[in-house]
Amino acid sequence: MMTYDVIKSILVLLALLVAGGIFLGRVYQLLWANLRLGQRSSPFKQWGERIKGVVVYVAGQFRLFRVLIPGTGHFFIFWGFLILSLTILQAIVEGLVSFVNPHFVLPLIGSFGPLALIQDLFAVLVIVAVIYALVVRLFVNPKRYLGSHKSQGVMVLMFIFTIMLSLLVMNGIRINLGQDPLHVWRPISTAVGRIFFGAAAGTQEVIKEIAYWTHLCVVLIFLTELPEGKHFHVVTSVPAVLLRNLEPHGRLPAATDLSGQVGVSTIEQFRWRQMLDFYTCTECGRCQDVCPAYASGLPLSPKLLMMELRDNLKERGAALRAHTSNSTAQAAQGRTLVGDVISDSVLWACTTCFACDQECPLFIEHISPIVDMRRFLVIEGRVGTELQDALANLGRYGNSFGQSERMRARWTQPIQPPIKDARREPVEYLWFVGDYASYSPTLTDVTVKTAEVFRKAGLDFGILYDAERNAGNDVRRVGEEGLFEMLVEKNSMALGKCTYQAIVTTDPHTYNTLKNEYPVNEDEHRPVLHYAELLDQLITAGKLKFSKKLGYKVTYHDPCYLGRYNGVYDAPRRVIEATGCELVEMPRHNDGSFCCGAGGGRIWMAEGEIQERPSESRIREAVKLGKVTTFVVACPKDVTMFRDAVKTTGNESRLEVKDLIELVHAAL
Amino acid sequence: MNIVVLVKLVPDLVEELTIDTSGVALDTAWLRLIINEFDDHAIEQGILLKEGGGGVVTVVAPDIEGVDDVLFTAAAKGADRLIKIKGDFAGVNNHALARAFSAVVKELQPDLVLTGVQANNDLDGSVGPLLAGCLEMPYVGYISGVSLSEGKSKIRKEYPGGLIAEMDVTLPAVLGIQAAEQPPRYVAVSKVRQMMKTSTIEERTASGLDMAGGPTISRMFQTEAGQRATMLTGSPDEVATKLVGIFKELGVL
Amino acid sequence: MNQDIYVVIEHLRGQVAEISFVMLAGAHELAKGLGGNVVAVLLGHKAQALAGNPSAGAGQYLAADKVLSLDHPALADFTSDAYQKVLTDLISKDQPRAVLFGSTSIGTDLASTLSIKLGLPMVSSCRSFSTDGKFISQICGGKIMAEGDLPGPTALVTMVPGGYKAEQGQSAQSPAVTEIEVPALESLRVTLASYIEPESGDVDIAKEPLLVSVGRGIQNQDNIVLAEELAQALGGAVSGSRPVIDQGWLATSRLVGKSGKSVKPKVYLAMGISGAPEHVEGITNSDTIIAINTDPAAPIFGVAKYGSEIDLFDLIEILTEKVKQSKGG
Repeated sequence: MMTYDVIKSILVLLALLVAGGIFLGRVYQLLWANLRLGQRSSPFKQWGERIKGVVVYVAGQFRLFRVLIPGTGHFFIFWGFLILSLTILQAIVEGLVSFVNPHFVLPLIGSFGPLALIQDLFAVLVIVAVIYALVVRLFVNPKRYLGSHKSQGVMVLMFIFTIMLSLLVMNGIRINLGQDPLHVWRPISTAVGRIFFGAAAGTQEVIKEIAYWTHLCVVLIFLTELPEGKHFHVVTSVPAVLLRNLEPHGRLPAATDLSGQVGVSTIEQFRWRQMLDFYTCTECGRCQDVCPAYASGLPLSPKLLMMELRDNLKERGAALRAHTSNSTAQAAQGRTLVGDVISDSVLWACTTCFACDQECPLFIEHISPIVDMRRFLVIEGRVGTELQDALANLGRYGNSFGQSERMRARWTQPIQPPIKDARREPVEYLWFVGDYASYSPTLTDVTVKTAEVFRKAGLDFGILYDAERNAGNDVRRVGEEGLFEMLVEKNSMALGKCTYQAIVTTDPHTYNTLKNEYPVNEDEHRPVLHYAELLDQLITAGKLKFSKKLGYKVTYHDPCYLGRYNGVYDAPRRVIEATGCELVEMPRHNDGSFCCGAGGGRIWMAEGEIQERPSESRIREAVKLGKVTTFVVACPKDVTMFRDAVKTTGNESRLEVKDLIELVHAAL
Repeated sequence: MNIVVLVKLVPDLVEELTIDTSGVALDTAWLRLIINEFDDHAIEQGILLKEGGGGVVTVVAPDIEGVDDVLFTAAAKGADRLIKIKGDFAGVNNHALARAFSAVVKELQPDLVLTGVQANNDLDGSVGPLLAGCLEMPYVGYISGVSLSEGKSKIRKEYPGGLIAEMDVTLPAVLGIQAAEQPPRYVAVSKVRQMMKTSTIEERTASGLDMAGGPTISRMFQTEAGQRATMLTGSPDEVATKLVGIFKELGVL
Repeated sequence: MNQDIYVVIEHLRGQVAEISFVMLAGAHELAKGLGGNVVAVLLGHKAQALAGNPSAGAGQYLAADKVLSLDHPALADFTSDAYQKVLTDLISKDQPRAVLFGSTSIGTDLASTLSIKLGLPMVSSCRSFSTDGKFISQICGGKIMAEGDLPGPTALVTMVPGGYKAEQGQSAQSPAVTEIEVPALESLRVTLASYIEPESGDVDIAKEPLLVSVGRGIQNQDNIVLAEELAQALGGAVSGSRPVIDQGWLATSRLVGKSGKSVKPKVYLAMGISGAPEHVEGITNSDTIIAINTDPAAPIFGVAKYGSEIDLFDLIEILTEKVKQSKGG
């Protein structure tokens, strides 16, 4: 007989099939059909580490707390979602079997009291979190949401709110009608139920059914909407974190073999693992908030980049599947990914500082696709004149200054006795000096001081003299993979002829590539050290003693390639402490350090339309600390960038930029 | 359009130049030879013409150290054929080089020959007009723009002060390029390396290098600093102060 | 065959180029030792006035013993084919000891081709001569000099400025002009279509009393503004060398040098300019040249009165500040 309960079962089944079908269809298109267009990704290993990551970063929502209150809110929404998913399951099954038993309750889960209590509490927490989130979306409108899809965000928050509220109404009325054996475990639902207490039983039943259908329909609509836009991260977040890149941060993946083509120019040339990243972007904008390029007014936003890549992937997938007569498909085919969708200037704006990759709660890699597309621009010759000159000089002379290789060691001339030539005699520490420290006339005295400090510490060190070439870190990040390979060859050959125990370098960029990207010597492990690490070791071992305490009030700028990329935060701080200086931290320190703007080859490019230089913003941050007189850096490019910024912001009387080695030198 | 570009390698002025023991030539020990900058522009102009109107670009160079890289780079930019002329080019002057080139150019029968208007080590004229003399072709130099039509070319010739003359030149002709219509394009190292695997450099042999027409050098020496500038030293602040003082002395401040 | 030194006079649209006077001065030096005449060779159409009454005032006649005028409508404007044909004829008939050409857009279109066609030896980039018949040429960006005996029987020489002052090739007396018959000039392969005037630009750097000039050392377009600020503080203008103009960082009207303008300011402040001969050509008439360049071997220090190896970026803003301060700003 077609009672309401029978109809209910039929309708629930139909709704489930329709919504489920749409959902699965969309997931198929996005995750299977589109991802199949992509290139192979390397096989995944280290499953223990990976599963631990899912626990910490997905279950624990670890990175979300970096922006505390919204992070906490999301924590509750996420856990509420998980915990209350059982109630959704309950609602669906209850509907399906209502023709047999309208009051069906799931076994075990449905009769476990404490669970019911947790569910009730979480429903409230979720509602509070959602209201907070709505206030943020609608009234606060933080800058990180610029460009994100506001209406989608609001819609989903309303969905969640409705789902929670309808659940509480259903529960509450059930309690009123005596249909809930666990009613003592549901205080919140009971309270909600009180609202309807006065109504007749029949009326309450109707309201309950309305609440049920609202609950179910919103859930199913949400389900179909899930694959569209940013909420797909609900599906992809676990695989994304599970399959995240466990290579050292400073190791860029090699160019994908695209049978002759170098670099990515169309979306299907990305690896499917990269495509998964494009889908996983939640448009939260945390990356945008920490991006120095975006902050300076350049057209790059890591978030918007991911969104554009995602949209392009969907467009292209659909276009390739559609009939060729479809005009929208044709239009989609006509637009180039690199050029039309993503302009050259967006790609060149990146300093590769890693702040975005560090900040992203779901480990999305933004730099990797940027470099892949830069590789294409370089092959096409779509390179600005200044960068072209720098690359031509690097290719011909092994340095971006356009000076002869024979001038590389000119800075050593006044040093007596001469610094050991590592090519001719064995040394303990091979000091890979780096371009800027060798060629820049303003940095020569810092380099000389470094040599003096090494001498005073009794180190057995030598340099490569004319055989040294630019290590290639930024050449690689600019996308000139061929030139990078050439530099690696030359440097490796020179190093191969030397006898040394460890490499020490003053430049974090050099440090990064030598440590992470150069072919490793398989026989012995010869560490690559940044001088801050070496000095720290020497100080701890008592081999470096200071004769005075400097007593300056200083702040320390974590270089991107030393800090975020390679995790070296404490060693330089211990060195500063050892020189007797008082360290005051800037708000953006450690892995939140704000890039000086020189990385990713930007120091070789024209600045472009900048509103505020990242280096100037950083100096202002330091000045705001008040009593600090010295700005300490550990990278030669930082010295250059920040000394300029101190001048251009008119802070010469307030702040002095010093390399860490200068402090050590003064304190010896 | 059959276009031939002639390329010379010249001393890199970034390096310090010294005279060898003979006293009449540059010491080659530390000498780095690089493509003549103007020839690089000639290659660019040739490729631009090919991209605009179709045709074949052949690049010809003498077989000196570094020539392979230069030719493969040209191929990576779009040159179709690469030819190197084998012979002992050490100390050879432009007259001999032009004669060696002319044998190859005669074989290629081009519509247009492009080469740099000058090179930093020219002592007996430039390769372009010398070649034009050997082949009895018209020559115009200081070119900063070329367009081609059937049998003729319209060129832009630079004069001092930014004045430009537009001239019509019948083909075949030799043009001395001052600047290509756009700066020489960048070629990625990997593209050049790829060319090394896929392109071939054809070889021709110079049948004797006739240097007649060039001068005999009796002495070569580094330019004396002459009355060298009075150098101002010190910190930026000190130098700036000294300059302000000089400006005042000279009456501009 | 004679010991005369022929000088191919360069003129463009009614003006004798300064190089012509430099060549005449050189010719006189050579002639001292050889004993021949200095003969100015003037190709053109109704251009004889240039020999007798050149552009700017008294004391600027061609300092030649005589002038050979070859007049033909096809020679009205310089074109390489026509001028070559005429000179081939003239040189093979007269067989002078030497023929001097400018190392310019005009001279270099002619000399080398004539060397091959006539089988005569040539020397290029010649800066000066010695009275004992030697040429002294400069190559490799002005860093290297080469010396040798003037080859014979007729030496074709292209000359660069710098060895002589224009005044040394000028005279207060107008020389005698002889008309020479011009061979038939038909089926010329190079013909002039039109001239394109240079962009007038807002500033005529040739008239500025002070120039802050930038070269490759300025590194990129964004830094030009530093030079502009300094120039403004000093009451001058910004100019540049070829690499800067080629990149489009400054307008062509600001180009100083061989293909640009010759300037004569009181002070020429060269920042990040190496001093290649093509650039130096345009600044030799400056009263005082001050050069800032981190390369101590830069040729610019050979023509500058004051110099500093300091990095221009360390200096420029401090200098602008101090200039403003001293002006009471």
